[in-house]
Formats: sequence, C-alpha cells, structure tokens
Amino acid sequence: MIDIEVRSLSVGYDQRRTGERISAIEDLSFSVRAGKFVCIVGTSGCGKTTLLNVVAGLQPPASGQVLLGGVPVAGPGRERAMVFQTAALLPWRNVLRNVTYGLELQGCAAREARRAAGEMIALVGLAGFEDSCPHELSGGMRQRVNLARALVTRPDLLLMDEPFGSLDAQMREVMQSEIERIWRQTGQTSLFVTHAIDEAVFLADEVIVMTSRPGRVKAVVPVDLPRPRPHSLKKSAAFHAVEDELRDLIQAESDPLPSRLSRMAAV
Amino acid sequence: MTSSPKSRKGLLSSLTMAVCLLLWEWLPRAGWVDPFFTSSPSRIVHAAAWLFARGLWQDIAVSLNEFGLGMLLAIVLGVLAGVLLGWYRTLDAMFEPFVTMFNAMPRVALLPLIIMWLGIGIASKIAAVFLGAFFPIAITVMAGVRTVDPDLLRCARSFCATDWQVFRTLVLPTCVPYLFAGMHLAVGRALVGVVIGEMLASQAGVGHMINQASTTFQTDKVFVGVILLTGFGCILTAALKQVGKGFETWRPQK
Repeated sequence: MIDIEVRSLSVGYDQRRTGERISAIEDLSFSVRAGKFVCIVGTSGCGKTTLLNVVAGLQPPASGQVLLGGVPVAGPGRERAMVFQTAALLPWRNVLRNVTYGLELQGCAAREARRAAGEMIALVGLAGFEDSCPHELSGGMRQRVNLARALVTRPDLLLMDEPFGSLDAQMREVMQSEIERIWRQTGQTSLFVTHAIDEAVFLADEVIVMTSRPGRVKAVVPVDLPRPRPHSLKKSAAFHAVEDELRDLIQAESDPLPSRLSRMAAV
Repeated sequence: MTSSPKSRKGLLSSLTMAVCLLLWEWLPRAGWVDPFFTSSPSRIVHAAAWLFARGLWQDIAVSLNEFGLGMLLAIVLGVLAGVLLGWYRTLDAMFEPFVTMFNAMPRVALLPLIIMWLGIGIASKIAAVFLGAFFPIAITVMAGVRTVDPDLLRCARSFCATDWQVFRTLVLPTCVPYLFAGMHLAVGRALVGVVIGEMLASQAGVGHMINQASTTFQTDKVFVGVILLTGFGCILTAALKQVGKGFETWRPQK
C-alpha cells in the first residue's frame, strides 16, 4: 500500500508541426490515501492519460512533483504497474508468457513467474487459455491478460488508463465487476482513468474531476456507496445522485454543441 | 476433374516447363537453330557428367565457401548495423548518406578495386558477396526496428525494462520477418558477387569455370554453370521461406 501526493504538477509538450508549447496539465495538485480506489474523469484531451504517464514515471513533468509514499517519482518503478488502454500484448507470445512478461523484465525466476502467472490467469477468469495467442482472444479477454500482467507483479499502486474504453457495453459491465472484486481481494491503491461517468461512480471511493485543457483539479467527489457493489446499484437513487453531480461538473467544462454550431453558422 | 486449384496450378506450370525443354531439345535437332550457340538439354547433361567427373565439385566447393562466409558476415554485420541505425537517430543521421550512396551504386563497379586491394584469392570474393548481401539486410532490419509498436515499448518501460531487455524481447522478434525478407533479396545479390568476382580474377569456382568455358566457346559448359547457380539460388530462397514460416506461427491465418 502506498499513498500518492501530486504537488503543483505542470506538464507540457511541443507540438510537432508548429513547434508551439502546449500545456497539458497546469498546477495540478491532489492526494490519494493508501489503499483507495480513485477515478479520474474529464473531457477528452484534458490530460488524464498524461497525468497517469507522469505518475508511472514514463514522462517527466515540467515542474512540480509526484510523491509516492513520500518519495518523488524519478522513473518507472517496481511498486507500480500500468494497465494500458490498448491491450499492448506481445502478439508472438501466448497468454501465459504475456502475463509473465512484467515479472520476467523485473528479474523474477522463470518457474516462480509461471506459477504466479497461472494463479493470476485463473483470478481474471482465463484458466484454460494459457496457450492461446492474443489474436485468438476477444477484446475483453485481451484486457484481462493486460490486467493480469500488471496485477501479477503485486504492485502497491495500480494505474489504469481507460482499460475498458474499447469494449462493448456488456463486456464493460462484466469487467467493472471483475475489477471491483479483484481490488477488494488485493487492495492496492488504484488510479483509474475513464471518461464514462457511471464507470467512475461504480468503481471509485473518490472521483477526481479535471478541468478541460490545461488540466487542473475541478472537484473531488467522494462516493460513499457500500461494497461489494452489484450492478443493481446503478439503479439506486444514491448512485444517480453522485452521477448527476459529476455530469454537471463535466458538462460545465465541455464546449457545448449549440454554441459550437452557432459559431460555425456565424462563419 | 476434381483437382484442387493448387495442384492444377502445379500441373500447368510443369506442363509449360516441359514444353519449353522439349522445344529447346527439338529445335537444334531439327536444324532450326545452331546448337553451337543455344546448346540443348541433352548436351548440357553430357557436359555436366563430363565436368563432374573432372573435378567440378572442387569449383562448387570454392564458390560455396566464398558465398557462405560472405553471407554470414553480411548477416551478422547487417543485423548489427540495421539495429543500430534503426534505433539511434544520431547514428542514422551520421551514416544515412553512406547507406543511400552504397545502396544506389552498382557495387560490381567496385570489384576491380577490391581485387587490387585483396588479391585474386578468396578474400576478394568474400568481399564481393558481402557488398551484395549487406545492404538489403541492413536496410530491411533498419525498417523493422522502426516498426516496433510504441505501446509495447511503453509497456516494457513501465516494467523497468533495460535497453538490452527491450532489444531481446521486442526489437528482435519484430525484426525477424524483415530479416528474412532482407536475406531473400540478399541471396540473389550475393550470387552476383560470387560470379562476377570469379569471372574478373580467380583460379577456381563456378564463375571461373563459366568464364573459361565461354572464352573457348563451350556453350554446353556455360549452361551447366548457369543452371547450377540458378538451382542453388532457388533452393536457398525456398529454404529461407520455409524457415521464415516457422517463426510466423503466431500470426492469424488468412
């Protein structure tokens, strides 16, 4: 378990064509207590993925810092693992060898890696598919492999970047339940980026709403719903109340369609 | 007919082949063309038997040796250069003009120089093979390195992968099909290197034999050499294709 503290973080990148400096995140601060499940929502392009990349140590900040358990992030680390938006599986490796990939890179002994991976494959519901290749799996199954590869390294902090973004509605719901169940078992601090509001409410202890670019924290909304959370919870008044609150916050940030249309008409 | 399209294709192509061979045999016999210039399949078989009885094996061994060593050198250094130039932008910027220049130049034009430097022995032939085979391999591997999936790279980095681990687990597997495509191209170029090298200056080898035979107007023997080289090229290309397929079993079937 590890806590996160993000202190006045700013991240920018150079636009390749114009050479202009674009500010993706500006003066962003928040903290996450150890063992909490926190979702980050915001309009597209608000720097959610950038934030996750910085916490993962894959991208350096322009200023400010991210502290994990009081230690500043200076690069990728073994106590963190990331679940990617695209499954990012090695196409020439079977499921088992994809799940052992992270362990292998971290220098874990092959036999031990295979044993741990076997258990994790069962936990994400893929027992019997150890020898399948990624192209033989459905999108949902690939994301389970992606998740298992991160979980098997036993991270103190799990970073998830819209892992269910490319799945259909049914598969999304199944995977949400799986994540919630697995997280209750493993209990690591989790940072989950999504643009689906109901997904955030269903999973999170706390939802961080970001402003549109450059990204800052607009609000932190606690979700006090009991766990375990069945899908029937999505029909409850308490769930709708949080969902509505979040929707209002996000809608205030997005460029509304009518105004965009009227601007186009003016041109 | 209940044959599959594949066997039908095989039947048709062997039929055309047979007709051509028959024409080649029959036209000189009927007196329509002069066998002094065109030779014929039966004459070539005779010449081959005669040559093999008189030490053609040694010429073949010499050529194979030159080809094998040159090709090995080209594969090792070609992969190394391809990976380095594909991965490090600075190296690419430094050496890009050389690669472009050497790849565009008709490299056989360098052979007289190489023979001056390395003599008429095996070293100059190895260099000739190497010059032919190195660039297709280096250039295809370079292209392969650049196609490494950035999502996979990000994933490997997130698990604290070292440069060597990234190379071994991502770059190398991505490059395999490119390497095979490069070697496929390289076989033909390498054979050109062997033959021209031997024709220009040598004391043995299939190219040397062809040259000797042609200066004394022994068409049959020239054809024996040409057919040997063609057969060798075809067999090697087919073998490469087969080995390459072995690395591709994970790809979805079309």
